[in-house]
Amino acid sequence: MSSTRMTPERESRSPLPVPSPLPNAPAASSTDAASGADASLSPIRDFLSKRGSGRLADNSFAAVMLLCACSIFAIVIFIFGILVVHSRLSLMQFGWKFFTRQAWDPVSGDFGALPFIYGTIATSLLALCMAVPLALGVAVFLTELCPRPLRAPISFLTELLAAIPSVVYGLWAVFVLVPLMRDVIGPFLYKTLGWTGFFEGPNFGVGLLTASMILAIMILPIISSLTRDIMNAVPNSQREAVLALGATRWEMIRIGVLRNSRIGIVGAVMLGLGRALGETMAVTMVIGNHPDISKSLFAPGYTLASVIANEFSEATGDLYLSALIEIGLALFLVTIVVNAIARLMVWAVTRNAPARVN
Amino acid sequence: MMRTAINYLVSGLCILATVLVILPLIAILFYLIYKGASSLNFAFFTRIPAPVGESGGGMANSIVGSGIILFLASLMGIPIGIAAGVYLAEFGRGKALATAVRFTADVLNGVPSIVMGIAIYSLIVMQQKHFSALAGGVALAIMMVPTITRTTEEMLATVPHAIREAALGLGVPKWRTAISVSLRTASPGIITGCMLAFARVAGETAPLLFTAFGNQFWSFKLSEPIAALPLQIYVYAISPYDEWHRLAWAGSLVLIVLIMVSVTLVRIFANRGALKGGS
Amino acid sequence: MGVGILVEDLNAWYGTTHTLQDINLHIPANHATALIGPSGCGKSTFVRCLNRMHETNPIARATGTVKMGDVDIYSDASPVEIRRRVGMVFQRPNPFPTMSIYDNVVSGLKLNGFRNRRILDETVERSLKQAALWEEVKDDLKKKSGASLSGGQQQRMCIARALAVDPEVLLMDEPASALDPVSTSKIEDLIFQLKSQYTIVIVTHNMQQAARVAENTGFFLNGKMVEFDSTHKIFTNPRDKRTEDYITGRFG
Repeated sequence: MSSTRMTPERESRSPLPVPSPLPNAPAASSTDAASGADASLSPIRDFLSKRGSGRLADNSFAAVMLLCACSIFAIVIFIFGILVVHSRLSLMQFGWKFFTRQAWDPVSGDFGALPFIYGTIATSLLALCMAVPLALGVAVFLTELCPRPLRAPISFLTELLAAIPSVVYGLWAVFVLVPLMRDVIGPFLYKTLGWTGFFEGPNFGVGLLTASMILAIMILPIISSLTRDIMNAVPNSQREAVLALGATRWEMIRIGVLRNSRIGIVGAVMLGLGRALGETMAVTMVIGNHPDISKSLFAPGYTLASVIANEFSEATGDLYLSALIEIGLALFLVTIVVNAIARLMVWAVTRNAPARVN
Repeated sequence: MMRTAINYLVSGLCILATVLVILPLIAILFYLIYKGASSLNFAFFTRIPAPVGESGGGMANSIVGSGIILFLASLMGIPIGIAAGVYLAEFGRGKALATAVRFTADVLNGVPSIVMGIAIYSLIVMQQKHFSALAGGVALAIMMVPTITRTTEEMLATVPHAIREAALGLGVPKWRTAISVSLRTASPGIITGCMLAFARVAGETAPLLFTAFGNQFWSFKLSEPIAALPLQIYVYAISPYDEWHRLAWAGSLVLIVLIMVSVTLVRIFANRGALKGGS
Repeated sequence: MGVGILVEDLNAWYGTTHTLQDINLHIPANHATALIGPSGCGKSTFVRCLNRMHETNPIARATGTVKMGDVDIYSDASPVEIRRRVGMVFQRPNPFPTMSIYDNVVSGLKLNGFRNRRILDETVERSLKQAALWEEVKDDLKKKSGASLSGGQQQRMCIARALAVDPEVLLMDEPASALDPVSTSKIEDLIFQLKSQYTIVIVTHNMQQAARVAENTGFFLNGKMVEFDSTHKIFTNPRDKRTEDYITGRFG
């Protein structure tokens, strides 16, 4: 049982097992400890044994990380809180009616958000109508049809679209899209679709339709790249199963891919909507900035975001400022809700997806 | 027969859609280069804006101003974002709190930038009674945090658990494991994420409108209004002067080139890192 | 020199699964002890309880006493302090991909703040020699990433890494299960060399391996330790019917 007894075994290096203490041999523990203590401490063992438990450092590290994570909650709560506080004048003066009133008269202090809500919803929905089919087309092309070598460059190009700043889109729209709308697209639409009543009135190039078009270009990459991820998450077995039944490629896409990913695609579209609702600079630069509610898409309009961008720094008077901040609050809450729903939908589809294959 | 026809029709439509999407991109890049390059000159990078009516002048102060604001934003946003990502990946596995943070980050990511602008206006500018570079930096930092948090988490999730176990098994404390093993292994991806977040806020105008506000002159003080490239582009684009339009195009070209260069560099860097990391 | 390990009434859970039930065992110092049993029997959980790696999983829990020498690892010290005294080699080689071979080997020292260059150099050479890898890598210690080695070399590097901290106990969780036969036999030779200096606990599902390297063998089944005895006894004349069934290949 002593260390002396062990020495010959070690030296013999016998491959054959030797008898050894039975489980729970009573005195074993103390003997072993003694043999451990006999050995003079190597510098390494000495150093390591003197290092602390690291508990304090570990706990403080974890606490700092947790604090930073929680700062994300704090940011959201703080934005909400500060917007509520600073819009209280307007909240108290107009109440819920703020969102149904059409007046916007800074001079007499009469404010209502309806024209901006109309402008925001109209431009966003129109933009979705234009962007969604295109985005789906791109996503289907990239996941199902595109020859492999073209895949990376094309998806890189569509992602470049997302990297262009809003103000540059705005600049381009002001100097390229607006004249194009005024001189080419507008007259064409009036001639062909004028009877619908959506293309009435003078066409200056700026207005709801131009704003929608630039919005559509801007939200395209978001929708298409998310849709692509979602389609990639559809297992290949689904595709093969449908193909094995003799389906054409399109039928395979429709049944095997689109049907399986529809919740996620709706989520992606909602995310695009969230982005469109809050997009500011490019829209402000081409929408005409006039609080009107007009059926014609040529008419100038105003969105929640663009009225803030345009009038916030000139807002004289506490009520005016407060009304603008209330618009910001409304925008904040609406985008939070839209994004929350969208995220839940996208998560539902991609959470259990296999690792993405690029 | 019909089915085959539809198949070809839809394929054709998808290709058409892709072309239609790439078309505006090419148009935008074409105009930027065509209009921007012809307006670019040495003065653009060295001079401050000339008064109305005078020709010449540049955007030197805006470029420097953007640099200052972005530096401030990165200084605040990157550490917080990475730390929050580390919490999610290293400490929060399976915890309800982590799911809530993740979700909130995703939702915060979708909050319009103009809303950030007025929130920071109300918090800082209203209290200090003047616009400032600091306020602009804070607004952009808040926009960087959720993006960086999520990419950091995703990148840390790709670090094999076995490597963390190796470090923990050697008696390395958890904090040291998180920094020297997990973060270091995931660093190429995290750097990419930070650069993408940086590139995204580099072009932001809306949150700066009521925080940094813009400045026609040089300014290096954090407590004063400061010029920024996107702000100046906006002001010039909606102005009625041709000379200023010219500068707006040039400024946009510079902004885009800066953004694209950083994104592309990061892609190359990240790919190389990925190659080294694998096998 | 190693120390012995005395385990009393050890119980462990993963969530609600009771993965280890009332384990009592004495592992003698400076010997190799093998733990065998079918997969899922709790043998891996058991070794992970010996250096408190078990509890790194948030849903895992353990009760009982484990004494390493005269230190009760669950009450006298923090997990970090215990793990510094215990080297662990995992089922699959897990080198740090961002570190050179050199840095991998002394990572346990460097990451714990050890800075003495001379000792670091000596340690790299000593532990790589102990792991029989020195000759193969001595020329590109700092040039090559630890991840660039072959699987068998990586595992030996991981053994060197575990030895570099000069541990008293070496835990090996199926160290050769992911390796080819040649690498496996190298690892077995290594264990044979090392067991005079360290207390080695090796988990294996390979009974020949247990018979080749270990003086004592424990047989685990369904979270319980069925039998623990000298390897010779276990493989020639087991007391328990279930052990006999297992070693004769009647199940598992």
